[in-house]
Amino acid sequence: MSDLLFFFEVTLAGLGSGALLSLTALAFVLIYKATRVINLAVGEMLMLGGYLFFAFAAGFGLPAWAAIPLAIAGGGLVGAVVERGLIRPMLGESPIAVFMVTIGLGSILVGLVELIWGTDPRALPAFMGNTPIFIGEAYVSRKIAIAFAVAAVVIAVFLVLFRYWRGGVALRATATDQAAAYSCGINVPGVFSLAWVIGCGTAAGAGVLLGSIGGISPAMGVFGLSALVVVIVGGLDSVAGALVGGLVIGLIEAWAGTYLGGEFKLVTTFGLLLVALMIRPYGLFGTTEIERL
Amino acid sequence: MAADILLDINNIEVVYNKTVQVLRGLSLSVGRGKIVTLLGSNGAGKSTTLKAVSNLLTLENGAVTAGTIRFDGNDISRLTPHALVRRGLFHVMEGRRIFEDLTVEENLTAATFALSGRGLKPTPFDLVYQYFPRLFERRNGRAGYLSGGEQQMLAIGRALIAQPSLILLDEPSLGLSPVLVEEIFTIIASINRDLGVSMLLVEQNAAVAFAVAHYGYIMETGKIVLDGPTERLVKDEDVREFYLGASGGEGTRSYRDIKHYKRRKRWLS
Repeated sequence: MSDLLFFFEVTLAGLGSGALLSLTALAFVLIYKATRVINLAVGEMLMLGGYLFFAFAAGFGLPAWAAIPLAIAGGGLVGAVVERGLIRPMLGESPIAVFMVTIGLGSILVGLVELIWGTDPRALPAFMGNTPIFIGEAYVSRKIAIAFAVAAVVIAVFLVLFRYWRGGVALRATATDQAAAYSCGINVPGVFSLAWVIGCGTAAGAGVLLGSIGGISPAMGVFGLSALVVVIVGGLDSVAGALVGGLVIGLIEAWAGTYLGGEFKLVTTFGLLLVALMIRPYGLFGTTEIERL
Repeated sequence: MAADILLDINNIEVVYNKTVQVLRGLSLSVGRGKIVTLLGSNGAGKSTTLKAVSNLLTLENGAVTAGTIRFDGNDISRLTPHALVRRGLFHVMEGRRIFEDLTVEENLTAATFALSGRGLKPTPFDLVYQYFPRLFERRNGRAGYLSGGEQQMLAIGRALIAQPSLILLDEPSLGLSPVLVEEIFTIIASINRDLGVSMLLVEQNAAVAFAVAHYGYIMETGKIVLDGPTERLVKDEDVREFYLGASGGEGTRSYRDIKHYKRRKRWLS
């Protein structure tokens, strides 16, 4: 019985980190869907979000309810500046060139953060409390439970907005056919900016959640790589794929880490990536059309 | 007279990729409330002309290098494509270009962005369904699953939502059965009549185009070679021969005499 309980606890923890992966993957998907750019700097945007929260909460001593929106808005602002300053001039260049620009952007963000805050890992001011939560008899860390709830709500809101909000229609229309979107009076460059602002804001928010669980460091952007696996497995242009893929990868990482040993975590993740790429190169839910990178 | 002209294209040249010249001094104009058709063979530059007007050329690396295009009296060269749509110039592109992943209704919703900032009342979707009852039946289905004719109806329906004063129609007959072509052109004519929308209609199918148009232009390799009111064009011997497929009236002709079609077009000399 206790074995089963333990498995249940591991599963819950896996779902928690999976929800964070889904949220980060959503940032990838949003930006890719609208602009066909794979933004490898999403991981670094996430890190920046964590540090912005740190700056507002620990530096200026703001309460969490003010610091979190500010961190998200800060991430969105950086997204807007990046889109306008770096990505839009690259419009029409080869995808690989734009892809490289985002890699460079990631390095710049890491460098900036190291210059300002140093390279040491830091703990974020606690704002979630520590009392554990029990589901039946199973123990869940309060932070992971909150992260899961927040991520679930945000993803649900996104799904609803995508479906029913007029702007969501504009975004999907732009994703399907840019010229036709223009011809319907949709402000296509505006949609690009919007996607970057929302995507980077989402990443920054995920960074706050992730940072409050495991602390922040300039290297936490590697979390973005796991999220990249999620989007490749789930499909680059599929919100549902990001959701399901994130949970699946989170679960598999948790199980592998517990039952096979911590060193198998990444092995299984990337092994899964290999298998997924061989069977469905466009992802589980992605459009059947292969983009060469 | 000038006040009656909605679209005025004056002597434009269009170059793709800074190397390939497609239009060489093309001029035409569309009067308010009129249907004007632009005919020509493959590669003459008909679609390019429309894209130059709607400013979608830049997406294909093309540019207007000379001449002016005026819509409603204003030069359009500095306007973005979506800004033009919001001034009432709607381009129904070749090949329908509906959003396949979206439902029929969402396709119409996408077109409501054309009304942004114009202070107009939103167009009821019923207006579209009134002209195209079949779209109503399929309003919640994915647009990609519509038949070719229904997709063309949806493409024109999107234009209706945008409440334009000018619609650019690029080959609405493309890939449709003769029955559907007739149905769609009947509706095009009635939209023009009921709502007073001007249209610039690009076609390969000259017979249906002449049936609805008030005025026609014929272009070849980048410029206009012949124009006139449709009543006059349909009587023109060359037009009858090269565009309407009439063969001079001496009864049926054997394919052995196909060399006949090598006859020089008179207007080229």
